[in-house]
Amino acid sequence: MRNRELTRPEKSQATFEPRIVAFFCNWCTYLAADLAGTSRMKYAPNVRVIRVMCSGRVDPQFVLDAFAHGADGVFIGGCHPGDCHYQEGNYKTLRRFHLLKRVLQQMGIEDERCRLEWISAAEADRVRSTINDMVEKVRALGPLDLIPTEEKVSAEEVAV
Amino acid sequence: MPEIRSPVDGANHEPPRIGVYVCHCGTNIAGTVDVKAVTEYAAKLPGVVVSREYKYMCSDPGQALIQQDISEHNVNRVVVASCSPLLHEPTFRRVLSRAGINSFFLQMVNIREHVSWVHLDKQAATEKTKDLVRAAVRRVALHKPLQKRRVPINPNVLVVGGGIAGIHAALTLADAGKQVYLVEREPTIGGHMAKFDKTFPTLDCAACILTPKMTSVGSHPHITLWTYSEIVKVEGYVGNYKVQVKRKPRYIHEDLCIGCQECITACVYKEGKTPDQFNLGLSKRKPVYLPFPQAVPQKVVIDPETCIQFKSGKCKKTCVEACGERQAIDFTQTEKFEEIEVGTIILATGFKTFDASRHPYYGYGRYPNVYTSLEVERLINAAGPTGGEVVLRDGTRPKSVGIIHCVGSRDANTNRWCSKVCCMYSLKLAHLIKERTGAEVYNFYIDMRTPGKGYEEFYDRLLDEGVHFVRGRVAEVSDWAVHPSEEGKLVIRAEDTLAAFVRRIPVDMVVLSVGLEPQADAQEVRRLFNISCSTEGWFLERHPKLAPVSTFTEGVFIAGACQGPKDIPDSVAQAGAAAAEALALIDAQFVELEPYTAFVSEEECSGCKSCIPLCPYQAISFVEDKKKAAINEVLCKGCGTCVAACPSGSIQQNFFEDDEIFEEIEGVLAYA
Amino acid sequence: MLEKPKVAFYWCASCGGCEEAVVDLAEAILDVVAAVDIVFWPVALDFKRKDVEAMADGSILVSFVNGAIRTSEQAEMANLLRSKSKLLVALGSCSHLGGIPGLANLFDRESILNAVYLESPSTVNPEGSLPATHHKDDGHSVELPRFYNAVQALNQVVEVDYYVPGCPPTPRIFRTALQTLLGDELPTKGTVLAPDHALCDECPRKDTKPERLSIVEFKRPQQLLIDEQKCLLAQGLLCMGPATRAGCEALCVRGNMPCSGCCGPTSRVKDQGAKMLSSLASLVEGKEEAEIDRILATIPDPVGTFYRYSLPASLLHRKKLDRASLHEPAASK
Repeated sequence: MRNRELTRPEKSQATFEPRIVAFFCNWCTYLAADLAGTSRMKYAPNVRVIRVMCSGRVDPQFVLDAFAHGADGVFIGGCHPGDCHYQEGNYKTLRRFHLLKRVLQQMGIEDERCRLEWISAAEADRVRSTINDMVEKVRALGPLDLIPTEEKVSAEEVAV
Repeated sequence: MPEIRSPVDGANHEPPRIGVYVCHCGTNIAGTVDVKAVTEYAAKLPGVVVSREYKYMCSDPGQALIQQDISEHNVNRVVVASCSPLLHEPTFRRVLSRAGINSFFLQMVNIREHVSWVHLDKQAATEKTKDLVRAAVRRVALHKPLQKRRVPINPNVLVVGGGIAGIHAALTLADAGKQVYLVEREPTIGGHMAKFDKTFPTLDCAACILTPKMTSVGSHPHITLWTYSEIVKVEGYVGNYKVQVKRKPRYIHEDLCIGCQECITACVYKEGKTPDQFNLGLSKRKPVYLPFPQAVPQKVVIDPETCIQFKSGKCKKTCVEACGERQAIDFTQTEKFEEIEVGTIILATGFKTFDASRHPYYGYGRYPNVYTSLEVERLINAAGPTGGEVVLRDGTRPKSVGIIHCVGSRDANTNRWCSKVCCMYSLKLAHLIKERTGAEVYNFYIDMRTPGKGYEEFYDRLLDEGVHFVRGRVAEVSDWAVHPSEEGKLVIRAEDTLAAFVRRIPVDMVVLSVGLEPQADAQEVRRLFNISCSTEGWFLERHPKLAPVSTFTEGVFIAGACQGPKDIPDSVAQAGAAAAEALALIDAQFVELEPYTAFVSEEECSGCKSCIPLCPYQAISFVEDKKKAAINEVLCKGCGTCVAACPSGSIQQNFFEDDEIFEEIEGVLAYA
Repeated sequence: MLEKPKVAFYWCASCGGCEEAVVDLAEAILDVVAAVDIVFWPVALDFKRKDVEAMADGSILVSFVNGAIRTSEQAEMANLLRSKSKLLVALGSCSHLGGIPGLANLFDRESILNAVYLESPSTVNPEGSLPATHHKDDGHSVELPRFYNAVQALNQVVEVDYYVPGCPPTPRIFRTALQTLLGDELPTKGTVLAPDHALCDECPRKDTKPERLSIVEFKRPQQLLIDEQKCLLAQGLLCMGPATRAGCEALCVRGNMPCSGCCGPTSRVKDQGAKMLSSLASLVEGKEEAEIDRILATIPDPVGTFYRYSLPASLLHRKKLDRASLHEPAASK
């Protein structure tokens, strides 16, 4: 059975802390995040970074899988256009992202929940500001709250 | 063919026995993350057989701890939660190797740079750490054994930029017997240093110390010097770069010209009419010229923009006549492209000076007697436009000179950084101007920054010599006299912050100590070589302390002021370091590359060809007889773009397989 | 004589095409009938639910269930057949992935019921009655199936042993699946009984696909005179072949229409739509956002295109629901 994990605690708006999964490319944004660390910049603790070699490795399935498993937001960070360590990987990311965003819109997932930013290895402060900004925007939206399965729906309906 | 050995045959089928090691990093991590709680949490995760914390995981006892668990507890997968993998992943991989298990059975969790150093809330930081550790534990269970790829290093080196840094790097390498290609954009090597008369703080003659090095470059059997040339294309990877060099036509056969300069004398122009770039326009040159007397190579250049033969085709060509039998002049020359193969590259592309006209209130370009410091360097230089005489535009000697520091440095409106060399060269200029003219010299500074061997002593000497120092940023330079003594003078208005009043100091000459900036084309150059720049535009080093001349692109090193403002001793030291780094690679004869390449599963591939155009390295080809795609591991650089795009999931990337990443995603999100 | 293996067929939310596919076995169906004992097939034979309930657990060898799960009754039948069968097989796209009915997951229940029972121009429903689970009339009361909030694939409701893909499965796919299931060696549980590579592998136009495809516009079939030889993607048509499991022998492409993805993804892909969009978007020309958007705008309905058959089985399963829409509609009077 492909039922989703139901162990996730109920999210209430009052205590809601957004969970954001980030995919950072090894050469720019991951380094910028490291630099934010060495520079002791402070930002919201809501993001979990997954390192990939290039933002081009980010399969749209990863984004959907994160949402399906309880992420309230997904943040992809890559090198600036023209600066990709692998020449053009980030352009592929950009194109996929644009099409994926349209799918997400159709699926009722708000725009602010999925973000692509170009952050170079030197732009530690943009890691900080983007994460803080995204956390606040997602917090304002509230939990993504994808209703997981029909069983769960049924249980609630019985209660209605 | 480079030797390639990945992935390793035969996956490890033993069930995972995971060891988790959480590092305190002194208080760096333990100060913000509850290490004990994380360790206890990890111990309960499925597959984990050992979970430990330690003060410094990277220390010898820390490493021994892991090694011991591998041998005594049969740990076969390791998760280390410590600093960034970019710092210590190699360290811990070596531990696994030493203990006899594949080094790729390791997953690092970055809980210092990404957690403890960026968060304040201990509870939130601890929860985040648990999430990241859980994801790593789930991921590492799927890791497959891999082996680094070995590629040979071509011993030839490319040095880009023929300033003092490039010259020193090239000579160091060539003296070690390596073949060096030194490529310089200008018609001569020498860079900024060749323009100076004296160097601080020793006041030794720049030409006296630079010229011998320049001639060594020109005559060295192991150096191929290409001036008036630019890099246009760089392909390949560490140890195996293919570089295309554009050689601009100088309309002179370099192999035939002997540098006699008779063509220059014979030119139909009796006087130079074109501003001489080398002298920053302070003198004029002819269409055929030698940049400066000690230029290397000693080969003239013809400027087609001003040469009558190029403009009208109707010149008497007295130069050709003068050259006579040597026939070194060739008006038909065109640009040429050379292809070279090198294993390592040193970038020493230098800096440019701040454009003083961006500060209009200092009057540069408006008042003839406002000079930049580099122009004054030329005036002072015995081989310069005035033969070393410091004179005003009208040829008279200044009786008073004001030197304004920090023009285009330490300024929120232009460049925030300190250019590092200006205080010292301003002191040097002050000394030289006073020596040559006897003028009263005023230095207007924000702070005097003289750290360096013998630098503070030089400052003391200047104080003794009677040079005036006014602490305060100059507000304005104007010719508006409010007092008879200011008539015909340039008035420098500044607040003297030590005396606490605003001063107006009339002078004959103003020198603007312009700061250092990245080259105008630094961005294009760094793209060409696939390296990064800091936000300011300086080339970014791999690590500010521990890898100051390396870049994030293996085999590409940086030296000199292209990495940030630097004086000559520092540039030379960096050049030596970069040469040593290149030599270390060359002498190792091969380099090990990460095995993060992509591979097509042949039986699964449908041959849809979707991946083929996506690879910028042409690593993916369509195998006609099988009608499937195949990836050439030698060419693959491991970005994973094709993996994400394969519509049937038939391409995977070593160490970044779909399942491994899904496990990581679901791992960080799973609630325990 | 040994007892013949018992086989059952059932349909849930489907169009009936899968039943046709069984009949499409043509003469071969006689061999099937000879080899097995069909104990339940509501569309063709007169067995009732109580007949199945009376059977011993596990007494049916294979139950083929086609159609998606949209109502509580379908879920009950799926559960019933699950307990009575050794093997439960999802037959056809709807059962395998949710299928065309699964596109209803782009809407919530309320808007579907409103559209069907209140808003559609041909509806006459002055009292505004909506389907309800309890109905009392003249002292009698009936329990009716509940209309779920989402369409589900069969495996989202019960454990499924095998999948026979296709909308509908071609006779060849079905016949091969049948042989496999009745054979001695069963494949790994969860296997989709069709080749595990993409359709391009068996496409007659494979050789005409250029190695370096660069997309500047997507066209719809009515917008051009389709070349009958050339790769459809190369003609600008959105053919799902690269992301779709093979087995159908490229039936649609042979009919000069692009593949729309009915056999679902390969086993290595979690989300067919995401993979296809990733692949196609990567091939789009342009580095400027406006240019990229202009090209991508020629796909008017990305979800309907990339998830035509697989929305319920996709990672997101359905359009995000507002919790407020979960309540039951008011019962009719």
